[in-house]
Amino acid sequence: MAKIIMKGNEAVAKAAIIAGCRYFFGYPITPQNEVPEYLSRELFAAGGTFVQAESEVAAINMVYGAGGSGARVMTSSSSPGIALKQEGIGYCVAGEVPCVIVSMMRGGPGLGTIQPSQSDYNQATRGGANGDYHIPVLAPGSVQEAVDDVKEAFEIADCYRTPVIVVADGLIGQMMEPVELENPVKTRDISPKEAWALGYGTREKQNSIENLVIDSPACEAKNIRFFKEKYSEIEENEVKYEEYMMDDAEYAFVAYGTTSRIVKNSVNELREKGYKIGLIKPRTLWPFPQVPFKNKNIKKFVVVEMSMGQMVIDVELAVGDRDKVTFYGRCGGIIPTPEECADYAEKVMGGAK
Amino acid sequence: MGKTHKISCAGFGGQGVMSMGQLLTYAGMIDGKEVSWVPAYGPEMRGGTANCSVIVSDTPVGSPIFETGITTAVVMNLPSFHKFVPKVASGGSIFVNSSIVNEKVDRDDVNVYYIPVNDLANELGNAKLINIIMLGAVIEIDKIVESESILKAFLKVFGDNKAKLIPINREALAKGAEVAKTLKK
Repeated sequence: MAKIIMKGNEAVAKAAIIAGCRYFFGYPITPQNEVPEYLSRELFAAGGTFVQAESEVAAINMVYGAGGSGARVMTSSSSPGIALKQEGIGYCVAGEVPCVIVSMMRGGPGLGTIQPSQSDYNQATRGGANGDYHIPVLAPGSVQEAVDDVKEAFEIADCYRTPVIVVADGLIGQMMEPVELENPVKTRDISPKEAWALGYGTREKQNSIENLVIDSPACEAKNIRFFKEKYSEIEENEVKYEEYMMDDAEYAFVAYGTTSRIVKNSVNELREKGYKIGLIKPRTLWPFPQVPFKNKNIKKFVVVEMSMGQMVIDVELAVGDRDKVTFYGRCGGIIPTPEECADYAEKVMGGAK
Repeated sequence: MGKTHKISCAGFGGQGVMSMGQLLTYAGMIDGKEVSWVPAYGPEMRGGTANCSVIVSDTPVGSPIFETGITTAVVMNLPSFHKFVPKVASGGSIFVNSSIVNEKVDRDDVNVYYIPVNDLANELGNAKLINIIMLGAVIEIDKIVESESILKAFLKVFGDNKAKLIPINREALAKGAEVAKTLKK
């Protein structure tokens, strides 16, 4: 199929329909409003159900119900809206309910600003729900990657029976780029709905989605199973990252999403000046890539984010040497320019070519 | 080394600056270029400068936004004129809607084209055509995309049911190009 040009938010919505999502529950918030707007129009046409819920809390609990019934279901929101969904996300984790949550980040904290930001790295990767858990977090840096990630998120969600977060920002949501909607998605083994989903059991073996595990040894066993089976398998199979100009690099930018494309310009600018610098771009934020950070040729890892430096700790843990990690960022809706990132990196490299 | 056009289209809401940018973006893709389109949204749109940033490039688009270094600026009203004229790169082009902007660009390192698009649109009998006339002038001078690609893009941006409007838009593009030719430096 030929490429078409779509706005990020609309492309995300279209990708969900292509992936077989037939239920969407959401509540409006800038800068992701085109996701529900598009789906309110197009999901009915695809035979699905769109509900504008009375709140984000209601929306995520509708997701819990639909996902628990074996449907492919999505919700989307932006920073303070995702904050409201946290309790429900935790329930989806505990109930092993597959679902996709799209988070188009804006500046915070609180109501903050509607301009793009990456200040919800911690919200996505650590989460605000209670208990021991992880959620796979995919981080697209273009409209194309957003489409590919949404489709993949449904596969990952169904395969491991877990919520999956696709975390982008207002810029990717608002911008238009050429996109190929029909890229193939890697399919995974998916457990049959008969084994777990509501309404798919038999009279003899009824399915149930459970959250309360009042008996302590059973509750501990459930946690251990999540970590030993589910999360370790995700860590083994689902890590994704990209490298740019890293073959001979002595320095590396580390950036995901929107900042990764900004920093790509900085790399080109610095390469023209003779600096051996490249870019490591995590495509999954949990599980966080480890391999590219074991590169012994790298003198400094320059983390760039549209936040006060939330990914830095994951980079430090992966590198294993805090002195090798440095950070430059803008936040509150300010998007850094390629030039200012290059200027910072040039100082870090001390003019050493 | 490939060419990268960094284009800002700015004006009042309703002047068609967003769709002007989208037409350039789509036409760029049709011409086989790398493209991106980013709208200003939120508070920066208040005060009369709805605008979008477009990149049409021979190489993949890194950062889709640019604060300065604009190679082509289209300013359809006075607030946009004040906001964008200083941000244009040396050697760049500025297209001014001289029907409603009476000021002159006080820089000698840029090429400025004053196009009275409101008057020209009235001559064509359709005031809505101001953005298309301007687009005709822009691509005549800066050769960003092919004129025919704009018309192909037209149906993609506005839908196939707008095919009946192609002839008048073709005329509008030609009008803008014709006026631009007389101003060519």
